[in-house]
Amino acid sequence: MGRATFVLERYMNEFLDPLTLSRWQFGLTTLYHFIFVPLTIGMCLLVAILQTAWVKTGKMKYLRLTRLFGKIFLINFAMGVVTGIVQEFQFGMNWSNYSRFVGDIFGAPLAMEGLIAFFFEATFIGLWIFGWDKLPKKIHLMTIWFVWLGTVASAYFILAANAFMQNPDGFTINEERGRAELESIGAVLTNPVAVTQFPHTIFAAVMFAGVVIVSTAAWHLRRGQYLDEMRTALRFGAWTNIIAFMGVGLTGHSLGMVMTETQPMKMAAAEALYENASGADASFSVFSLGTPDGAHEIFSIRIPYLLSFLSNGTFDGSVEGIRDLQAEYTAQYCGADSLLTCPADGQFAPIIWVTYWAFRWMIGLGALAALVSVVGLWITRKNMDLPDWAWRVAIWTAPLPMLASLVGWVFTEMGRQPWIVFGVMTTEQGVSPGVPGWAVLVSLLVFTIVYGALAVVEFKLITKAAKEGPPEIALGADADGKPGEADHQQLATVY
Amino acid sequence: MELTTLWFFIVGAMLIGYFVLDGFDFGVGMSLPFLGRDNTDRRLIINTIGPVWDLNETWLIVAGASLFAAFPEWYATMFSGFYLALLVILVALILRGVSFEYRHQGKGREWTRWFDQFIFWGSVVPPLLWGVAFANLAQGLPIVPMENGGWIYQGTLLTLLNPYGLLGGLTMLLITFAHGLVFISLKTEGEMRERARGLAAKVGAAAIVAGAVFLGWTIMQHIDSPTVWVVVLCSAVAAVALIAAWVANFAGREGWAFTGNAIAIAFALLAIFMSMFPNLMASSIDPSYSMSVVGAASSEKTLELMTWVALFTLPLVLAYQAWTYWVFRKRLSRAAIPVGAH
Repeated sequence: MGRATFVLERYMNEFLDPLTLSRWQFGLTTLYHFIFVPLTIGMCLLVAILQTAWVKTGKMKYLRLTRLFGKIFLINFAMGVVTGIVQEFQFGMNWSNYSRFVGDIFGAPLAMEGLIAFFFEATFIGLWIFGWDKLPKKIHLMTIWFVWLGTVASAYFILAANAFMQNPDGFTINEERGRAELESIGAVLTNPVAVTQFPHTIFAAVMFAGVVIVSTAAWHLRRGQYLDEMRTALRFGAWTNIIAFMGVGLTGHSLGMVMTETQPMKMAAAEALYENASGADASFSVFSLGTPDGAHEIFSIRIPYLLSFLSNGTFDGSVEGIRDLQAEYTAQYCGADSLLTCPADGQFAPIIWVTYWAFRWMIGLGALAALVSVVGLWITRKNMDLPDWAWRVAIWTAPLPMLASLVGWVFTEMGRQPWIVFGVMTTEQGVSPGVPGWAVLVSLLVFTIVYGALAVVEFKLITKAAKEGPPEIALGADADGKPGEADHQQLATVY
Repeated sequence: MELTTLWFFIVGAMLIGYFVLDGFDFGVGMSLPFLGRDNTDRRLIINTIGPVWDLNETWLIVAGASLFAAFPEWYATMFSGFYLALLVILVALILRGVSFEYRHQGKGREWTRWFDQFIFWGSVVPPLLWGVAFANLAQGLPIVPMENGGWIYQGTLLTLLNPYGLLGGLTMLLITFAHGLVFISLKTEGEMRERARGLAAKVGAAAIVAGAVFLGWTIMQHIDSPTVWVVVLCSAVAAVALIAAWVANFAGREGWAFTGNAIAIAFALLAIFMSMFPNLMASSIDPSYSMSVVGAASSEKTLELMTWVALFTLPLVLAYQAWTYWVFRKRLSRAAIPVGAH
């Protein structure tokens, strides 16, 4: 009896561990938030381009596409906004030790994001939604471009904050106050991780939006409706994907080299590389079967030199392995006076199978979506009579870049473990000391239920809007650039 | 002025901005079941805040981030301490926010009715709980310093639900409700304007009673403090403004009524902030455990940087937000809502 209670208690303690639950909650809510953010950033740009095309050419098809994808953009925007508040509050709610330790530096980019980007974005989105009939055409066009500027600025600040966690720079430790303090905001904002991560993220976001446009267009073209608009949309979306994918690839390569420099353990974990390797031995395995700890490999497909190229940009460079790094970090971070930097289990490597596969899925899913666009553009160059299956493939590429983005973040953040701030503080040290496990369990369940239900609603609304197609718009004469009275009814109902 | 004190007032001003602006959004949301008799009514009510609720809510996000940057200790202790209360507020804000966008996108009356419920409850819960939270900050909380720096909150959700805290919640609820009703009468014409004014008179009267008791109680709690006169002064301004707003509403001067309510909210909050100063969180266990403004603040360097950022951005923010309100300055009427809109 006593033993059973003891086991139960131990089980409950493990189950109700605030650290584990907080990590799950942060992971789930952040990934969820990051479904909407890239679509907002990407779609805002594409809608702004479509609206610009309308203003420049006066062709109705551009206006109708603007309205269609504008609607999808807004449905999605709402979710990005509301789930974003959770992100900001969570640092204090679940990670209060982290917040008090790094707030002096980490808070600044967040506050700048709010003051510079969020206000801008939130104000001009209202003007865009409700201003169709109230603002002159060109001023109204300016509002959507301003919204985009706001989203991009916001992305930069939050990536700079994230870069501090990956590769802390521009700070000093104040022993007396027991915290990290800002030394140079310039260093925080020009962190090489932020500088490379930023274009990588933006290109990926644009790709996501491009694929949504391709998918929507394919759905209508398969049914032979809205041919004029949807042909334009299909080519526009496909070209967007291809250009964006090239951007993702190039920036991803520089990001990989920065990562090797700043977080060699993460690069080693991406490849499950246990021993140091150089030149041809620094190969990239496309696929491998073996024990997850990498000790025994059963089967693998390898490209020689590629890992060296990804990490160093040259073919004869060397890459450090997990075993050496583990020994190095143990000596460096587990001294007598290193409470904040020595993980309880002494383990400095992240979970290898997660980083290994997340890295591959990120590249593979993104490349697949780009491939569909390339092939699609080629086979539709003369006419758009495609077999049914081809349309279906195009429709179903929609989720690929989204999944690639999500696993990309899984890789970035899981690959950062066991650190919350690399080399400065471990994740287990960052958790809130005063929040009991059951409270975190409650919030985790609440967020899962609310977010799950809203995901269903959001998916339904977006597919409904996409399937409805571009709206009929009966515009009055608007050659003067000012909408006439007749537009009022039509355009004002967008909301 | 010390930078730490300056930032105490900047964060305070941002929070005031949030409650004055999103305050009427909450009131408008609360009025939905009372004033919205049909689809057109409800569309009209929501359209009064449609273009601005998002930028109003952004004041909370910016205030939160500024609080994080300027007073990390406060942010860490308060946000982890108010864990479950904040969870409820977050869920309410999430549901309210998506509902504005989703209520008309689906098919069928049931769909819209669900999201209208979310708007109502999403507008009731946040001001109520924020009121409870700020009243508790004024009153003091069971916090103790930790060994390695920082503070820890030793209470639970129930600690916050004491009579004074609940009265603070009720006061905030009633004032924002009245504020929203006056805003509707300011932004609409015809019958809706009259009905909103009528209800504002009733709710406003209740808000005056609750506000007077709450502010009186606040003064009594800090009667021994040498700076209690500032609290008295702010409370007096809030009370006069609230009564003036009621009179102006009665006289049909909606613009003045709205201004009065805005001033009342601002000075009631200022009274709370001044009763806290020079602490951010007073400890109810031992006064020497309290977290002071200086003790919770970021380094000089960070505050200096933030001051420059605020100095350059805030005037711009105020300018383009004012422009938005100017663009949407026209009163709305039922006639402008297209047939069949919901």
